[in-house]
Amino acid sequence: MADALAQIGECLSFPFVRYALLVGVLVALCSALLGVTLVLRRFSLLGDGLSHTAFGALAVATVLRIATPLPFVLVATAAAAVALLAFGRGRVRGDAATAAVSVGALSIGYLLMNVFGATSNVSGDACSALFGSTSIMTLSMFDVWMCVGLSTAVIAACAFFHDRIFAITFDEDFARASGLSAGTGNFILAVATALVVVLAMYLVGALLVSALIVFPAIAAMRLFGGYRAVVLASATTAVAGTAGGMLAAMAFDTPVGPTVAAANLLLYLIACAVGRLR
Amino acid sequence: MLLRADHLSCGYDGHAVLRDLTFEVAEGGYTCIVGENGAGKSTLVKTLLGLLPPIAGTVKAGESLRRREIGYLPQQSPAQRDFPATVREVVLSGTLNMRGWRPFYNRSERLRAARAMRRLGLADAARRSYRELSGGMQQRVLLARALCATNKLLVLDEPTAGLDPHATAEMYKIVGRINREDGVTVLMVSHDVCCAVSEATHVLHLGHHARFCGTVADYRASEPGKSFLAAAGVIHDEEYHLCDCEQCRTDGGRRDG
Repeated sequence: MADALAQIGECLSFPFVRYALLVGVLVALCSALLGVTLVLRRFSLLGDGLSHTAFGALAVATVLRIATPLPFVLVATAAAAVALLAFGRGRVRGDAATAAVSVGALSIGYLLMNVFGATSNVSGDACSALFGSTSIMTLSMFDVWMCVGLSTAVIAACAFFHDRIFAITFDEDFARASGLSAGTGNFILAVATALVVVLAMYLVGALLVSALIVFPAIAAMRLFGGYRAVVLASATTAVAGTAGGMLAAMAFDTPVGPTVAAANLLLYLIACAVGRLR
Repeated sequence: MLLRADHLSCGYDGHAVLRDLTFEVAEGGYTCIVGENGAGKSTLVKTLLGLLPPIAGTVKAGESLRRREIGYLPQQSPAQRDFPATVREVVLSGTLNMRGWRPFYNRSERLRAARAMRRLGLADAARRSYRELSGGMQQRVLLARALCATNKLLVLDEPTAGLDPHATAEMYKIVGRINREDGVTVLMVSHDVCCAVSEATHVLHLGHHARFCGTVADYRASEPGKSFLAAAGVIHDEEYHLCDCEQCRTDGGRRDG
């Protein structure tokens, strides 16, 4: 135990580790805030679909040798999110459209990486993009500031539009009939989700993004019966799970992505147990 | 006149389920939309509310009704029944259309929500979670929310679907009272023609072959009315009527007022 604490202390003495912790907690907070409305609207897998899109976009950026891929990936993912969420009422139903975009981007992305491989270690690159590896530890200062800025914007939007997000989540038809514009709300939600998913991909990898979106929200719903309470509890759970998971990864030298996802799963199981006891 | 449909055709994806309908919602009235399944009752309501674009024809709102002053009680989705929200949160969200871009509710909106909860006997349940309530209470919460959104027009889509006979009777009583005492115009879709003719002032009958729009007295005398009431097994005169619906079997068909 003392060894583990010593190792955490040593890790935290590096500034890039502290930045990673800050970015990780902010991203987890955002995904938990958006996770509540996504889960309640039966869009739990949207995060999954978008993160695979982001993976495909990242592969394209690598092939095109774009030096700072983050803005490119953000734009591509946001476009997919808007298409899926705001206009997803066409001939292909919502979940099928999400699945199609998801596997489409994943396969094309890996194909591109293989055919036009920029590096010799293709499967290693793919693995770290899918399950997250140390990429959160190698963020540039530009990435860090971008993450902090975007997360702050998402958190502010969630606070400012809290009641509107609730109204549209609870009952979109009522909101529209009484004159609220659900279209704008859905658009903002889609873009915010895309931002958060791309940032979360750096933290836990494309395949594990849903852990940050789903676990805190369903854990909070086990414990609380009010919407505001659920949102606050979800945010708290995500911060605790992610900070705990990242520290555990440092202490036991495990991969960051799966450790963070597992920590959030653990908190969900604890919430289930507590909810059962009450 | 609050709402007027002119040669309206409505449906989904360009396929009309309802064609060429012209009718008016009179101010202060209580209009029931009845008819067979698949006749387009819910589709019509959604088109009137602007949730679906009309395929042909127009919907006009009267001078006294601005679009945002409609209180809508939709059919509940399964996702909604176990939604984590307190009763107060749900009812307050009905006042959002008056709030504009202010990021919090002010005193008058809180008072309005509190009044609506008192009106529907929910004052003690304000802090309870919506998902823990019975079906009848959930409907009352949604009705309170709709009342927060409007002083003019309530649009109810099958408000008694899935309720037991007692809760059904109570729901009709509350809606009737809101119409008579608060002067709120009511437009209600109902599968329950027996209650429609005993509570409403006007009937809009949508059938596959026949259509009727007018007062309840005229409806009883009309051809579509007679055949539809007979098919539903409704025996009806001035103070007593009986059909084979759940509720009449429970209370013997006697109605107050």
